[in-house]
Amino acid sequence: MAQADPGSVRRGRALIAAPALYALLLLAGPLGTIVLFSFWSQDFLALDRSPTLGNYAEALREPLYRELMLRSLAIAMAVTVTTVLLAFPVAYFVSFKVAPARKALWLFLITIPFWTSYLVRVFLWKVILGFNGVVNASLLGAGIIDAPLTFILYNPVSVVITLTHAFAPFAILPIYVALERIDHSLIEASRDLGESRASTFRRVTLPLALPGVMAAALIVFIPVIGDYVTPRLVGGPSGLMIANMIQTQFLKLNNAPLGAALAVLAMLIVTAIALVAGLALRRFSGPRG
Amino acid sequence: MSGLRLYALVYLAFLYAPIALLPIFAFNDGTVIAFPLDGFTLRWFRELPQTPALVASVRTSLWIAGSTALLSTVLGLCAARAGTMARFGGRDAMMGLIMLPLVLPEIIVAVALLVVLLALGLPLTGWTVIAGHTLICLPFSTAILGSAFRALDPALEEAGIDLGLGRAAVFLRVTLPLLMPGIIASLLITFTISLDEFIIAFFLTGTEPTLPVYLWGQLRFPQKIPVVMALGTILLVISVVLITLAEIARRRAAARATGIDSGA
Repeated sequence: MAQADPGSVRRGRALIAAPALYALLLLAGPLGTIVLFSFWSQDFLALDRSPTLGNYAEALREPLYRELMLRSLAIAMAVTVTTVLLAFPVAYFVSFKVAPARKALWLFLITIPFWTSYLVRVFLWKVILGFNGVVNASLLGAGIIDAPLTFILYNPVSVVITLTHAFAPFAILPIYVALERIDHSLIEASRDLGESRASTFRRVTLPLALPGVMAAALIVFIPVIGDYVTPRLVGGPSGLMIANMIQTQFLKLNNAPLGAALAVLAMLIVTAIALVAGLALRRFSGPRG
Repeated sequence: MSGLRLYALVYLAFLYAPIALLPIFAFNDGTVIAFPLDGFTLRWFRELPQTPALVASVRTSLWIAGSTALLSTVLGLCAARAGTMARFGGRDAMMGLIMLPLVLPEIIVAVALLVVLLALGLPLTGWTVIAGHTLICLPFSTAILGSAFRALDPALEEAGIDLGLGRAAVFLRVTLPLLMPGIIASLLITFTISLDEFIIAFFLTGTEPTLPVYLWGQLRFPQKIPVVMALGTILLVISVVLITLAEIARRRAAARATGIDSGA
C-alpha cells in the first residue's frame, strides 16, 4: 500500500524540507565548523586560519589532555557496565514476571526520576556522599565509623555512582523492549528439550536479548563520556572529565581551536566504539539469521 | 516474594532515594544540608518569590521551554509525516540527521553551536537557547509523532478524500484531531526537556540565564542551598505532573489506535 506514487514522494520531500533544513543549518553546519576550527589556531585574540595539525598534536601529546580522555573513557566504560548489569534483572523482571496490565505502571515508575531536574539530582548525590552527608551522618550515628568517610566524594567512584543512577532508565528501556520481543515458545521449547532454567537463560534468552543490551550500553556510554555536570559537582580534581576541559578551553582559556580538536577527538572515539559495537553485534547474531 | 521482585523493589528505592531527600531538606529549618534534621519550616519556600533573579530566570525558562515545545513539535510533525510516507531518495539520510542529536554528547552540540554563533557575530540571547533546545528536542517529538502517525488508520483519511474534502481539510478535520494526544504528549515532553536542560543553555545563554543556569550559580553558595532544595521540590512536582499528563495523552492515543469504535 506504500506504493511510491509521485504525488506522495513530492509531498514527502516538501514535508521533510523544514526539519531537514533546520538540522542541516544548526547541526551539520556547526559540526563541520567545529572540524574546521580544530585545524586552525588561536594567536592570542586573533584566529589564525592557516591549516595546522598542531591542536591534535597538543591534544595527544599533553599528558593532562591524554589523562582526561582516558579517564573519561574508563569512567564511561565503568558506568556502562554497572548500569547495564544492574538494569538487566529489572528489565527481565518487568518483562517476564509482571502481569501485562501492570507493566506500563512499572515502566512509568522507573522513568519518573529521570524527568526531574538533572542538575538537582546530581547535586543531591553530593549531599548523600558528602563529608556531612547522608551516608556519613548515618554511619556515624549508628556508631559504625568514627570519622566521616572521605573516599566516597570528589573522586571517580562518586562520578560512577552518580552517573549509574542518572542513566538507569536509559539502560532498562532498550533491554525491556528486546525481552518483550522474545518469542516465549522458544524458551518453552528449550525447557521441553531438557535444558535447565539457567542454561535456557544463557543459551536462549540472553542471546536474543543481546541487541537490546548492546543498544542500552551505547545509549548510556555516549552521553556519559561527554558529561559535564557530574564530574564538576561530585568529581573533585581527580574526577574531572574531558567535557570539563572542552568547556575550559572554550569559555575560560579562549582557545576555541584546541577545544574543538578535543571535541572532535571525543566524537571520533564515540563513533569508533559505536561502530565496533555494531559490527560485533552483527557478527554475533549474523549466522543465526 | 521472589528474589527478583525484591531486587526490582530495592532498585526502585535506589532510583528514588536522592529525590526523596528534596522535600525533606526543603522543609528543614537549618542551613546545613545534613542529618539530623532541625524541625519544620516554610521559610525557604517563602524566600523563593522574594528573589528577583530567580523569578526572572523562571520567566525566561518558561518562555524558552514554551517556544521550544511549539517549534520542535511543528518540525517533528513534518518529519514524522515524511518518515511514514512513501520512501524517496535521501529520506533515510535526512531522518538520520534529524535523529542524530540522540547519539551526540550534548556538550558537542553546545560547543558547535557556540562556535558558529560567535563566528557569525550573532549575540547570545534566549533565541539561541531555543535554537539549541529545538535541535535536541526534535528527535523526541519526531519519535512520538511518528508512532502516532503509524497508529493512524489510513482508511479514515481516504474516507475524507472520497467524501470530497481537500488535502488541507482532511489534515485539519481528520488527521489533526486523531493525532491530538500524540501532539500533546510531544509538547509536554519537549517542554520538560527544555525546562531541565542545562549544558546547552549554559553555553548559549546571554544576559538572561535560564532556571538551571541560575541554579548552577547558586550551588556555589552553601547558604543558598535550602532555597535550591525548595525550588527543586517545586520543579519535581511540576515535572511529575507534566509527565503524568503526557503519559495519559499517550495512552489515549494508543487506545484510539486500537479501538476506534470504543468511543474516541
